[in-house]
Amino acid sequence: MERALNSPVPLSKRFWPVFRTIAIVYVILLLGQQAGLEPGRIVREMTDNPVIIVQQLIVGLANAAIITIVALGYTMVYGIVESINFAHSSVFMLTTFVALLTMSWLVNAETKAPLWVAIVAFIPAMAAGGLINGLVERYAYRSLRKNAKIVGLIAGLGMDFVLQNIGLQIGAFGKLPNAYPNVEGIKFLKILGNQNASPKSFPAVNEFFSGPGIPVNVLEFIDPHATLRITPADLLVIITAVVLVFALNWFVKNTRSGKAMRAVAQNPAAASMMGIDVDRIINLTYVIGGALAGAAAVMFGVYNGTTSSSIGATTGLNSFTAAVLGGVGNIQGAALGAVFIGLLSSLSDQFISSRWTNAWVFMTLVLVMLIKPTGILGTEGGEKA
Amino acid sequence: MAILELKNVHTYYGNIHALKGINLTVEEGEVVTLIGSNGAGKTTTLRTIQGLLKPREGSIKLNGEELTKLPPHDVVKRGVSQSPEGRLVFPRMSVKENLEMGAFQRNDKDGIAADMEKVFGLFPRMKERINQRAGTLSGGEQQMLAMGRALMAKPRVLLLDEPSMGLAPILVDLIFDIIRELHHQKTTILLVEQNARIALSVADRGYVLETGEIVLSGNAKDLAHNPEVEAAYLGGKAH
Repeated sequence: MERALNSPVPLSKRFWPVFRTIAIVYVILLLGQQAGLEPGRIVREMTDNPVIIVQQLIVGLANAAIITIVALGYTMVYGIVESINFAHSSVFMLTTFVALLTMSWLVNAETKAPLWVAIVAFIPAMAAGGLINGLVERYAYRSLRKNAKIVGLIAGLGMDFVLQNIGLQIGAFGKLPNAYPNVEGIKFLKILGNQNASPKSFPAVNEFFSGPGIPVNVLEFIDPHATLRITPADLLVIITAVVLVFALNWFVKNTRSGKAMRAVAQNPAAASMMGIDVDRIINLTYVIGGALAGAAAVMFGVYNGTTSSSIGATTGLNSFTAAVLGGVGNIQGAALGAVFIGLLSSLSDQFISSRWTNAWVFMTLVLVMLIKPTGILGTEGGEKA
Repeated sequence: MAILELKNVHTYYGNIHALKGINLTVEEGEVVTLIGSNGAGKTTTLRTIQGLLKPREGSIKLNGEELTKLPPHDVVKRGVSQSPEGRLVFPRMSVKENLEMGAFQRNDKDGIAADMEKVFGLFPRMKERINQRAGTLSGGEQQMLAMGRALMAKPRVLLLDEPSMGLAPILVDLIFDIIRELHHQKTTILLVEQNARIALSVADRGYVLETGEIVLSGNAKDLAHNPEVEAAYLGGKAH
């Protein structure tokens, strides 16, 4: 009896957790090297050239700006229909082409463009994004909304494929400048003309009208030779994001349609009883989300300089993670999550290994799901749009 | 002519025959109550009138105009608003915003402002809490808000679904005093209640619903003294 009470845990059972821990640490050390996880080198690089950290923080904020605006599309739609629009990243991708076509048309295929060209490009890109997303909602999702959520999700995946392939065809117009002119691009079957999926380049917006960019020397106290470059693209992207977040917040809080969106998000049945046309409001939410994707597309083009039919996936992953991290359905949360993801990406690109950046982002997503599925600012059921 | 008229309305939930030919009229300025036990089809009737459920057969007319085919937001526009079962206030909106949502289909700013003052007159508590989030209100206050919100639509017919549900007796009395006051102001009300005694005390006429069919109807006073009703819904005084 006494023996039974004090019976030691069998050796194998005690051994297993210890072994597992050792195994995990060993694998991390083994792969960490590959993944660029070399603490010694990272610390050395950081202390050797601290200006780079600041420069990467600016890059991170600019990335965060783009991620925020795409994430708003995910988060608003989730807030109102509690379902993820998997086609959102492809809508974003398509609108990068609209932005690119507009900008190259406005500057007559020159490789440089003044700032106003980028600003004008917002109009067609946002209109196209709103239109595409609105049509997708109307014809792909609406009739499925009465079914289980998974049906809508699968429809979203399907639309994602459709839109991506449309993007592939647009990349094939052939009139657009290739990002890397000496790469011929992969030749596909000639179904709709000369298909060429290689990245296309945007005219570079490196100048305010005709003046130079701004080299800012704010870091003199660290290193007199250090020059921090803040380009017009950085400013355009960050300012646009801030303006859009505030504008959206104002819209949702103060306008009739914005209030209706919040009402539908909080209780669709009651909203319907108040005389709100729930279907129309849901469509409006998709239209706004799509228009935001269009705005993000211009920002992305100006900032990154190229686009292709495959850029949706990475931006989608980053933005979706940002939305989940911040608390899905929450506008401020999306911005907060985006800043985290943007900084994580830029620091990982610089100091760890750019190949592994997406893995870190994915890991963040998994960790949020495990530890706090409602996100940083999310409450139970989401603080919805 | 009756302001609201249901003729032979059949509603289904999938294959379940929930309303089996409801005939019901509400005259202008009247308070009519629909009583019956759980699952009799009271809420279904209100949801069908509002267009949230489509009847498979029959017609619903407001002032002679057919409502049957209209989507819910058009029904609200025509003048039917509802304080739903379980209140369904918008929890993360302020009291004021909730009331504004009630007037969603209206464009007359002055009229809306005047009606909001009227609602505050009926429910002074709402004015005290004007900027508070609805989700933080007590059950009784949420019921007041739900009724106020429905009144903001300036309805020709007000549908009240279980206003007494889950409330302390003192609050039930308060809510029904307000229903009496609304009656006095000539608001047309279709009241659904499980608490048959109090419902019949404020109503002009009543209908008794049993498994999707109207089994009894008439003057509220007569119904209150009807032995069958007493036995089934008023705590079995007939014994």
